[in-house]
Amino acid sequence: MYAQNVDTGSKGVRGADELSPEEAAFQARIDDNIKIEPKDWMPAAYRKTLIRQIGQHAHSEIVGQLPEGNWVTRAPTLERKAILLAKVQDEAGHGLYLYCAAETLGISRDELMNKLHSGEMKYSSIFNYPTLTWADMGAVGWLVDGAAIMNQVPLQRTSFGPYARAMVRICKEESFHQRQGYSIMMSMVSGTPAQKEMAQDALNRFWYPALMMFGPSDKDSVHSDQSMAWKIKMNTNDELRQRFVNETVPQAHYLGLTIPDDDLVWNEETGNYDFSQPDWDEFKAVLKGNGPCNRERLGARIKAWEGGEWFRDGLAAYAEKAAKRRAAA
Amino acid sequence: MPSLSDMNTDEVTKLADIAAAEQTHDAHVTNVETRPAFFEWLCRMGDTTLILGQRLSEWCGHGPALEEDIALTNTALDLIGHTQLWLGLAGEVENEGRSADQLAFLRDAFKFRNVLLVEVPNGDMGVTTMRQFLFDAFHYELLQRLTESSSPRVAEIAAKALKEVSYHVERSTDLVVRLGDGTPESHDRMQQALDILWSYTGDMFVSDGVDATMADAGIAPSPDTLREAWLARVEDVLDEATLKVPDNAFVHTGGKTGKHTEHLGYILSDMQFLQRAYPGASW
Repeated sequence: MYAQNVDTGSKGVRGADELSPEEAAFQARIDDNIKIEPKDWMPAAYRKTLIRQIGQHAHSEIVGQLPEGNWVTRAPTLERKAILLAKVQDEAGHGLYLYCAAETLGISRDELMNKLHSGEMKYSSIFNYPTLTWADMGAVGWLVDGAAIMNQVPLQRTSFGPYARAMVRICKEESFHQRQGYSIMMSMVSGTPAQKEMAQDALNRFWYPALMMFGPSDKDSVHSDQSMAWKIKMNTNDELRQRFVNETVPQAHYLGLTIPDDDLVWNEETGNYDFSQPDWDEFKAVLKGNGPCNRERLGARIKAWEGGEWFRDGLAAYAEKAAKRRAAA
Repeated sequence: MPSLSDMNTDEVTKLADIAAAEQTHDAHVTNVETRPAFFEWLCRMGDTTLILGQRLSEWCGHGPALEEDIALTNTALDLIGHTQLWLGLAGEVENEGRSADQLAFLRDAFKFRNVLLVEVPNGDMGVTTMRQFLFDAFHYELLQRLTESSSPRVAEIAAKALKEVSYHVERSTDLVVRLGDGTPESHDRMQQALDILWSYTGDMFVSDGVDATMADAGIAPSPDTLREAWLARVEDVLDEATLKVPDNAFVHTGGKTGKHTEHLGYILSDMQFLQRAYPGASW
């Protein structure tokens, strides 16, 4: 999930009798699965929460370019290089659609960027982990994009029209991304012993951070109820995490890799895998800025933005001059 | 297997075999007499697109705006695609069983045949944009001529690449004009970039024995014959961009015969790391 712990500004869901007539009509539309469009009336808190969620999602896409971009120049073959470049380019494209969706709610891309750079807005905790080897390109595609898909597929039915439509396109590309990650893992595990060891190491490092992507356990997730009532969150964190584990474990078995969890076991009764929770103290530390790469990731974004200022200003100045010249002609 | 299908199917290999069998017949590819020169020339083509693609991909995730980030990686992708074709053909012509990947990842700097311009570091977006324009303008002229090559294989690759490069040159021209005639700062940065890069442009037009053999066989034009059209376009664009062609007429040369700048060694140590560290592994 690329949006974690999104604040809804409310402490719980209010009953129907506590809603104003406008709010009740709004909620009725959502309950009837009618999409909310940018020009429709919406509660201020719905707008604000969506800006937070879509913004966080957009930021995650562009910060998410960095861990994989880290290996583009070192990709082992021309084909892998081209595939990885195309994949990371897709992530930038996702950022673009999502910033556009957020703009329909009345906030500009520049404003959102500034909030990212100032630390006021977050991006997914997962991108604060380093990519150390080529196998990490496999693990990130397989697990991180895999986890993102779990969350994003249901979001295609989310209540806000522009967000739902952006998700349709994003999901199509994400499933390719997951496949390219899995394809890298397949090559690694059928390769030399050193490659297989590299693949196992990548899984060891990315397993728990991937589980953290779904956010804290439901009992600690204070904003979930309101978001679910608004249908901007479609499933609980724990539901999605369980679904991810259930799908991923057989994929790991197929690769001949071991999930780094001694307590992982199939539970006949529940029809689910029982598994260990990630270290939630580590999760909180990463969100607070103390992950292994927080400083580098945000630093790289700020450097790109500040270093590109003269470039953006130059283009804007030319456009203005050209418009004046056209007007004078 | 569960829910994710395996992409490494036999189908892929089969499709590649079918495609190879349908390859256009080209007598130049097996001509023993021109083989050394043709191989050398194909490496010049493929190494140049490879190194520029590699340089551009360094920007991935670090562009000055999302649209630029996407455009830069797009150009890099096109160039890596051209590399696969040029070096793939180079391997066929050489006839010693080397693939495009082996040529790209297992040769050292003195065996690389790219022009010097493309190995100059990215610097700021001014240098990257100006380098791109100076190269695109050359690349466009060259590919256009290559579509009339007596080698059908070369002509096919050129026709495919030309579609993409027509867009590259349109885009880099537009950016040079806008940034040159933008703010005082963007103007100064573009002028500075031009001053840094100008002395590396001459290397693209150096013509030697390899080029003479290619020209005699009708495979490729001699690079010196492209300079006039290139210069005319470059001067026009720089003029519109309010930029001044540097007075310095000095020309750095040597890229096409393996005499490179110090930068190339670092590009290769980065690019070739995995193939060197894990010899013989498949990825």
